Amino acid sequence: MTERILEVEGLSVDIPVPAGMLHPVQDLSFHVDRGETLAIVGESGCGKSLTSLALMDLLPSRATRRASKLALDGQDLTGLSERQMSDLRGNRMSMIFQEPMTSLNPAYTIGDQLIEALRRHRGVTVGEARDRAVWLLEKVGITAARERLRQYPHQLSGGLRQRVMIAMALMCGPDLIIADEPTTALDVTIQAQILHLLADLQREFRTGLILITHDLGVVARVADRVAVMYAGQFVEEGTALQIFQAPTHPYTQGLLNCIPVPGKTARGAHLGTIPGIVPSLVGRMPGCHFAERCRYVTDACRADAIALRDATEPGHRYRCVLSPEETAAHNQMETAQ
Amino acid sequence: MSGEAVIEVRDVTRTFMISSGFMKPKRPLHAVNGVNLRVERGEVMALVGESGCGKTTLARMMMGLLPPSQGTIELGGKPISTLDRMTVARTVQPIFQDPYSSLNPRKTIGSIITLPLRVQGDRDPATWEKRVHEIMELVGLPRRVFNNYPNQLSGGQRQRVAIARALINRPRMVICDEPTSALDVSVQSQILNLLQDLRAELGLTYLLISHNLAVVEHIATRVAVMYLGRIVEQTDTASLFESPRHPYSKALLSSVLTPDPTLGVPDTHLGASFPNPLEMPSGCTFHPRCPKAMPHCSQVAPRPIPAPGGHVECHLYDEGAPTYAQS
Repeated sequence: MTERILEVEGLSVDIPVPAGMLHPVQDLSFHVDRGETLAIVGESGCGKSLTSLALMDLLPSRATRRASKLALDGQDLTGLSERQMSDLRGNRMSMIFQEPMTSLNPAYTIGDQLIEALRRHRGVTVGEARDRAVWLLEKVGITAARERLRQYPHQLSGGLRQRVMIAMALMCGPDLIIADEPTTALDVTIQAQILHLLADLQREFRTGLILITHDLGVVARVADRVAVMYAGQFVEEGTALQIFQAPTHPYTQGLLNCIPVPGKTARGAHLGTIPGIVPSLVGRMPGCHFAERCRYVTDACRADAIALRDATEPGHRYRCVLSPEETAAHNQMETAQ
Repeated sequence: MSGEAVIEVRDVTRTFMISSGFMKPKRPLHAVNGVNLRVERGEVMALVGESGCGKTTLARMMMGLLPPSQGTIELGGKPISTLDRMTVARTVQPIFQDPYSSLNPRKTIGSIITLPLRVQGDRDPATWEKRVHEIMELVGLPRRVFNNYPNQLSGGQRQRVAIARALINRPRMVICDEPTSALDVSVQSQILNLLQDLRAELGLTYLLISHNLAVVEHIATRVAVMYLGRIVEQTDTASLFESPRHPYSKALLSSVLTPDPTLGVPDTHLGASFPNPLEMPSGCTFHPRCPKAMPHCSQVAPRPIPAPGGHVECHLYDEGAPTYAQS
C-alpha cells in the first residue's frame, strides 16, 4: 500500500472531428494520495469530464488516450485489456456521476444495482452483499435501508438517489473515487449534507477523491489541492489556500472575481467578467490558450507554448509569462476598480 | 411599503389533484398555500427555497399562466383574471433557466426576438427591425447574429436573446426563473451585470427565483423564503442575510458555500429530508426538521408575525404563541 494512490503523467485525449483533430485534454500530470481530495475546476468544455472518463477508460470509442504514466496504487493502467480494466472499475476505482436519474438503471431495484458490483468483483453471496448494501445505505444516511433495497430509482427523491450513487461507488471499498459534479443537481441544503457525507466517508475509508466541478464554493470547502483547467490544460495548481488566497493565473483571478462573495463584494456592484469565449481546441494552438481573453496579453504570450512554472510557494504552479508579483498587481488594480 | 405595487398576490392558494393510483381517489397537493406577496416598482424580489416548495407555481400564477384555486392576484391594481392574455403578457414577461431549451431551434434570432411584436399585433411593422436592433444592442448582442440560429450561439448569448425577447415589448415586470444557473461562472456574472443595468435603464421590476443565495444576496432588494407552499419569512435583503429569523432561513443561509478555504462544509442540522407535499406535516410544516421545535409546533400552524422589513411565520417570535396555541 503506497500513499500515492493515483499517478498521472502526460495524459492527453484526441478525438477526430470533421474539422480536424480535437485535443480536449492536453498533457495533464497530477497525483492523488490516500485520503486526499483533488478538485479539478473549470468551465464547460474545458475537458474536465473527459479527463475523468479517460482515467476510467470509458472514453467514446473514436477517442484515443495517451499517457506516459497512469498508475493506480503502483499498478500500470495503460496496457490493461478491457477485461482487466473492468475488473478495476467499480472495484478499486469508482465514479459518481452528475445525474443520478440518468445513471441509475430505471428497470432494476436499488438493491439489485448495489449488489451487482460486489457480486461481480468479490464473488460474495447475495445475503452478504445485501448486508453490506444495507450497512452502506445507513452510512450515507438513508433510513429504513432494508426496505429501500426493493424500491426503484423513480421512487426516490433526487437527494436520496445521489446518496444511493455514493453508496454504490463505495460498495467494493475503492481506493479512488472520481466524483463528476456530484452535487450540482441538488438543493443547497442537500448539497451540504452530501458533501459532509463524502468527507466523512473519505476520512473513514482513506479513499482518494477527485472532485470535478465548476462550483468554486464547493471546491474551497472540500478540496485539499486544486487544479484549475482551461481549454484542455491545467493553468494553475496548488493547495486550496494558495489558489483562493493567492490566485496567480489571470484566468483563476478572473473566475474568482466573477462570483459575488457575501461581505466582500458590495451588494449590487458590478461583478468581474471574463470577456470572450473558450477557443476551439481543434488543431494545435501555439502559445497561451487564455491569450484571446486575457487583459494582460503581450506578444510573448502567443509565440511559444507556455510551461507550468513555480509560483512563490512550493507546490503552487501556474502557466503564464508574467511573474506572480506582476499578476497579483494586475489583479489588485482590477478589483479596486 | 409606500411604493406603487406592480403585482400583488393576496391569499393565493393553488391545489393540484394528484392521482394516487388506479381506482383510488385523487388527493390534493397544495403547491401554494395561502401566499401574500407585494412587489413594488423597481424592486428585485427574490423567491428562495428548496425544489418543490412552490416557487415556480407561484411564478406561473403571477404570469397568468395558471389560475389560482383561491385568492386574487392583482396586476397594476386590476385582478389578473379580468385581464386578457395579451395585456398580461405586455406587463409581465419571463426569462427561463435553460437558454438551450427555451429558444426555438428552427427560428432565427431575429424572428425569435420579433415574435412578441407579431403576437401582440404591433401596428408598425416598419419599425420592428429597428427596434430589434436597438434591443439587441441594449443586451449586448452583435448585429451579425440577427440571421443566425440558436445553435450557433454560446450559452451566454442565448440567454441574452431570451432577455431581448422578454424586453422587446417593454414589460414592467420580468420574472427570472433561475436565470443563470445553467450558465458558466464567467458568463453568469455578465448576465447578472446586464440584468442590473437593464433594471436601472428601463425601470424594470424583477421577481428573481433562484437557489443560488450568493446571487440573491448580490442583486435582490427583498427576499421571500418559501417552504412547502408558504412564505415563512419575508424581509429586505440586508435583514435576512445579517439576521435571519426563521430557523429554515437560518439553515438555508448556513448551507451557502462561500469560497473560503479556511472553512469546512457546514452542518445544516436539517436531518430529515424534504417532506412529501402530499402528506403535509401538521401544525408548522417545518417542525419535523426544525432544531428549535417546541411541543405546540406540531399542533398549531404559526401565524405571520410582523418583523422589521416584513414578516416571519414562526412560534419563536410569537409572544402569544403558547397561549393562543392552547386556546
